[in-house]
Amino acid sequence: MSGSGVALTIIFSIIAAGACIGFLAGAHRKLDLEQWTVGGRGFGVVLVYLLMAGEVYTTFSFLGASGWAYSRGGPALYIMAYLTLAYVVAFFILPPIWELGRRHGLQTESDFFARRYGSKYLAAFVCLAGVVFLIPYVQLQFTGLGIIVEVASFDGIRRGPAMVIAVTILAAFVLASGVRAVAWVSVLKDALMVLAALAIGIGVPYAHFGGVGKMFSALAHAHPAHLTMPGATPNLGHTWYISTVLLTSLGFYMWPHSFAATFTARSGDIIRRNAVVMPLYTLTLAFVFFAGFSAVVALPGLANGDMALLTMVRATFPAWFLGVIGGAGALTAMVPAAIFTLTAATLFAKNFYRPLFAPAMTDDQVARLARVMVVVLSLIGLLFAIYSSTTLVSLLLLGYAGVGQFFPGVVLGLFWRRVTLTGVFTGLVVGVGTVGGLALTKHDPLFGINGGFLALCLNFLLTVGVSLATGRCLGDSSETAEVV
Amino acid sequence: MIKRPSWASLLLALIPFAAMCFSVTLWDRVEPMLLGIPFNLLWLICWIVFTTLCMWMAYRLETGRHKQDDSSR
Repeated sequence: MSGSGVALTIIFSIIAAGACIGFLAGAHRKLDLEQWTVGGRGFGVVLVYLLMAGEVYTTFSFLGASGWAYSRGGPALYIMAYLTLAYVVAFFILPPIWELGRRHGLQTESDFFARRYGSKYLAAFVCLAGVVFLIPYVQLQFTGLGIIVEVASFDGIRRGPAMVIAVTILAAFVLASGVRAVAWVSVLKDALMVLAALAIGIGVPYAHFGGVGKMFSALAHAHPAHLTMPGATPNLGHTWYISTVLLTSLGFYMWPHSFAATFTARSGDIIRRNAVVMPLYTLTLAFVFFAGFSAVVALPGLANGDMALLTMVRATFPAWFLGVIGGAGALTAMVPAAIFTLTAATLFAKNFYRPLFAPAMTDDQVARLARVMVVVLSLIGLLFAIYSSTTLVSLLLLGYAGVGQFFPGVVLGLFWRRVTLTGVFTGLVVGVGTVGGLALTKHDPLFGINGGFLALCLNFLLTVGVSLATGRCLGDSSETAEVV
Repeated sequence: MIKRPSWASLLLALIPFAAMCFSVTLWDRVEPMLLGIPFNLLWLICWIVFTTLCMWMAYRLETGRHKQDDSSR
């Protein structure tokens, strides 16, 4: 069997194993809306850990982080910094969110906004914005998956057909098993990824340079500025670094899927305990960076930085190992994509369609519509992945700029009784509008500062200012504040 | 009413944020390389371990408060 045949056989075997785990996870369970979306609120430490840490190992960190280490240099280190601080934020805001979820039966982020601010229109706006900004994230996973199969097959299989096959499999196991499937497949995915990261991070520098230290010496000699900021970029300097770390760490749990994962836990203490140890999990990402930095010297001139890690693996290891890495990478694309489509579909059916167009819908009908939306959203993500060429990290930063705008509404809603519906709605609309404006006119970063962070500051100021101005005359902060 | 975190644990959480923002010039230093790792990457790794320690102390504080509340009920 040829090298590509061996690699592809192993990749599809790992995908098949993941799919089997996914289908078995939902077997013999009645999948009502509560089970499908929040797993019956009964997950223990390990499953909650894997759902909370979901983003440490996705295509973004696996291919995107090494890709940015290759093409951007120093600015890529923001990834390890923001993931660490995101768990610090989680420690304080997720346990109260879990408590409210248990008390009021919340299943989605929009449920929180509807319950706290008493407005189905605000909830619908949050839902639409959440779905829109999740699509680049779904697209990111599918694009990464296409890259993996293309490189592993030695360019024998093009990205398009590979993505279609994978999207079909992931839609099938989401429809069959819901969030429980995603959590259990994450066990296999994360175990493979940690092993892959260690093997690549140590093996690649040793094979090409004789060690990690020698690799960094060679890199510092060949490209002295690559490891510092702004690295190989013109404008990603210190202010960009700090503003991006702040935006993304505050926005990490504003993603609809991360927010909803909170509700799956059995207790608030499980969430708090996980948040303490999670920063250490981020350390394994350093090994992924080693592969990207190695490629700068060993494989100069790659047209697409996102292919750096796999191209290095292909040039270093035998075909069977490329298959293992490719299989692990394929799961890191499919598992997050599954949770994103599941969350976005539930949001659309439960918080947009039902309250605005069909208030009489039962939970079973909502669950059926959500299943249809899983297929629709998967197809939208697939189309964007096939016809777009944005880098993986840039896609994620666009999504973060959008969902980060939910932060003032969530945090002030939890800890400040005087925040009003008018204040939150004003801040949110202006924040999302600013993000859209800066992205469309290509002014992000603006004056060296992350555009999403500027929008978040404006959003926060408006939310507080308008709440103080409208709180007393409208009185809308007092009634719904009783929720918390 | 949702229980607000204590000021002490919030202060512990702010330390890593402040350390990240105010040490930004350290992120530009490649030399001295220790164990072959650039200084800025080593600093990042030490900062992550330090953050974990801060959060562990915050956890001890918060669980202590929750236990105290439960026993007073």
